[in-house]
Amino acid sequence: MRKWLVAKCSSVVLLACLVMMTPLLASEVNVYSAREENLIKPILDSFSKQTGIKVNLITGGADELITRMGLEAGNSPADLLLTVDVGRLLRAKQMDLLQSLRSDVLEAEIPSQYRDSAGYWFGVSLRSRVIVYDKQRVDPATLSTYEALSEPTWRGKVCLRSSSNIYNQSLTAAMLSHHGVEATEAWARGLVANFARNPQGGDRDQIAAVAIGQCQIAIVNTYYLAGMLNATGRAERGQAAQVGVFWPNQQDRGAHINISGAGLARFAPNKDNAVRLLEFMISDEAQIWYAETNNEYPVRAGVPVSAILKQWGEFKADPLALEQLGIHNAEAVRLMDRAGWR
Amino acid sequence: MSASDKFRDYATKHGAMMIVMALCVLISIPIFTIVASLGGDSDGVWQHLADTLLWEYIIQSLALMLGVGLLVLVLGVGPAWLVTMTRFPGSRILEWALVLPLAMPAYIIAYTYTGMLDVSGPVQGFIRDTFGLRFEDYWFPQIRSLGGAVTMLALVLYPYVYLLSRMAFLEQSICVLEVSRTLGAGPWKAFSSIAVPLARPAIIAGLALVLMETLADYGTVQYFGLSTFTTGIFRTWFGMGSATAAAQLCVVLMMFILILVIAEQWSRSRAQYHHTSTKYSRLAQIPLHGWCKWLAVICCTLPVLLGFLVPFLQLVWWSWDTRYLVDFSAFSWLLFNSLRLAATAAVIALVLGLTIVYVKRLQPTLLMRSSFRVLSLGYAIPGTVIAVGVLIPFAWFDNTLDGWMQSRFGISTGLLLSGTLVALVFAYVVRFLPVAMNTLDAGLTKIRPSMDDAGRSMGFGSWQILRRIHVPMLRGSLLTASLLVFVDVMKELPATLILRPFNFNTLAIRTYELANQERLTEAASSALMIVLAGIIPVIIISLSISGSRPGHDSRA
Repeated sequence: MRKWLVAKCSSVVLLACLVMMTPLLASEVNVYSAREENLIKPILDSFSKQTGIKVNLITGGADELITRMGLEAGNSPADLLLTVDVGRLLRAKQMDLLQSLRSDVLEAEIPSQYRDSAGYWFGVSLRSRVIVYDKQRVDPATLSTYEALSEPTWRGKVCLRSSSNIYNQSLTAAMLSHHGVEATEAWARGLVANFARNPQGGDRDQIAAVAIGQCQIAIVNTYYLAGMLNATGRAERGQAAQVGVFWPNQQDRGAHINISGAGLARFAPNKDNAVRLLEFMISDEAQIWYAETNNEYPVRAGVPVSAILKQWGEFKADPLALEQLGIHNAEAVRLMDRAGWR
Repeated sequence: MSASDKFRDYATKHGAMMIVMALCVLISIPIFTIVASLGGDSDGVWQHLADTLLWEYIIQSLALMLGVGLLVLVLGVGPAWLVTMTRFPGSRILEWALVLPLAMPAYIIAYTYTGMLDVSGPVQGFIRDTFGLRFEDYWFPQIRSLGGAVTMLALVLYPYVYLLSRMAFLEQSICVLEVSRTLGAGPWKAFSSIAVPLARPAIIAGLALVLMETLADYGTVQYFGLSTFTTGIFRTWFGMGSATAAAQLCVVLMMFILILVIAEQWSRSRAQYHHTSTKYSRLAQIPLHGWCKWLAVICCTLPVLLGFLVPFLQLVWWSWDTRYLVDFSAFSWLLFNSLRLAATAAVIALVLGLTIVYVKRLQPTLLMRSSFRVLSLGYAIPGTVIAVGVLIPFAWFDNTLDGWMQSRFGISTGLLLSGTLVALVFAYVVRFLPVAMNTLDAGLTKIRPSMDDAGRSMGFGSWQILRRIHVPMLRGSLLTASLLVFVDVMKELPATLILRPFNFNTLAIRTYELANQERLTEAASSALMIVLAGIIPVIIISLSISGSRPGHDSRA
């Protein structure tokens, strides 16, 4: 009798759970995003409005999201994984969390270097890492390449953030794939010797440090400088105005580029909707929004950029296939450890 | 007697004990999960760490702990004694105001002070403009440094020590102190050789919480560019993709805490601290005069000023500055989410904590004491690591159940628990249960065992003794424990970030996302909300403690 009661109760509970957990059959798409909510939600809202597809969003660090996807395995609700650097997309691909996707729209619009050759991930915006310099004290004619920053002439004049930062890891990974381990390690050592202070703070802090004269040179992503130029605080705007942008390596391979991008989850329960969303992200509307709101460069050619970006002019981008950044990431971190780049 | 009878006999006798043990095992699953991942192959990463950074991690972590530990003792114990035993201008206000920094998350105070004091901040800018100096021409303390991190952490963590030691001072029988005075000890002597040693379990309990929180801190040390265990774990795990080496670092970190806990227990083993007298009279607070008075004012104002008022005003200023940029419409929802998570976790942690601590008192077996220690580790483990420790078993359970249901009944249960608030609250409990346990344990050890005996002689069972004797006596500790957990959950970030369900945000997440884009001024308004939401429970804790002392109620 008692056993029967227990069995009955537990099956009722289980059924209740099942009813609760069964995904509503309404049209939706689930996004795991390493891009913060305020930098993605407006696009998602616009997508929902136009298509009637509801977008569910979780934001978080890319590594944490990837870990979560991996553990959720075949039952993961994730449809799209959005990251703000290519290394993480590649890691997700290596961990077998993404699936390849064929889309004529994506392949036609996104240049091949900014997407996976087999369609596992696609870039949706570009972010360039450039040299900024103190306009008063540095003659831009003395600047040339990332490599040259490790020369002794810059001793005590360079500010960079920590090597824990993914953009520095990607930059070093790019150097690794161009020059190999030995030359890159020598470069990193030279760079560390030129540091004006221990690596600290974010990119905006490096720009500020250049502006107030703690150092003369820094390497930062362009949108941080643009963000400071648009800031509410007058002090911040003033600091940003004191530094100039220098596009490095224009005589050879071009400036270092990273992407923010997306990949289709391997077990995506709403695959069609996910593809539609991905295609929406490279539509004119979304591309212009990226450029205007966060001052990133559109991944599609011919999309107008914001006024600030226009003022910095055209530049030559490193044509390196971005997969290389992911392939060399772990080696890059170890190399920076050895070089004493904290 | 058959074997099953024997078992039934044992089970009825030790039923409660077994349930508690089962609970302990359940809650320590995430911790064991982390230890278990040691088994993997670290692919040479561990060797690489040992060659390059391991010593730096150890030294910087130790230095951080030492610095924060010393500073919180100074900031916590002294003022606690002063506001309890003496009267000086403002002492009644400072009594509760000294707890306010508890509402300030460490990463927020770090961002705020950096914004003010960094080379590019307004303070140094003012110095340069006023005296026409350039950057190299003057000396200014570097905020982003080990010393800076020590100061930031100590400023927001000292209230743990303050709260617990103040509670202890209040609960001390005045008789002991009066005896010491009649034996010719001055007030200072009474403080240093009677009150502090008697309050030691409480002070140490507070210090342990502070040190664990220090070790688990990621936001501050990462922002200041220090190489400590937590930054090391993140870097190893995510930068080098080695979960195994990260787990190894994590285990070393836990060793730190285990050594700390065991050392404390060992040093205490010879002495037991119970209140011997039930005679409480209203504390005669000594009025201070002359320079003593002003010294006391400074001693007690400084922590509040630096730990709360200055960063608070800066946040207000920034919020005002960016009021047109911030979307306030979502705030009530964010606030509601933060509050309900914090309340749920606080209630669960309180019930579990009390049960565990009480069973440990009843049956201080080796098993019980060691599981108490294992559970205590949760507080020292960075939130992200706990979160993954929770994700692994939950996802395993969900996927196994799903597989079984599919093969058996052809129904998919999907992810039943992962990605729900259940998983998130579980993580909070694992992480913050030690706060409740430590607070309650400190309270419970001070109740004499003869109280239990008296209860038993009146025919009370163990649970009746708990309900009718201990709970009323522990009222202050219970309130403090639950509110501490509440405030901690309000501030918690990394576990929330990974474990939360779709479309679910909290104030801490909003703050972090903006700060992460280096938009510190825009992050200020949500940071301010966290602080404001934390102030109320913090003040309740503070006021309730003054009221909790026998013979110290407001009617007297």
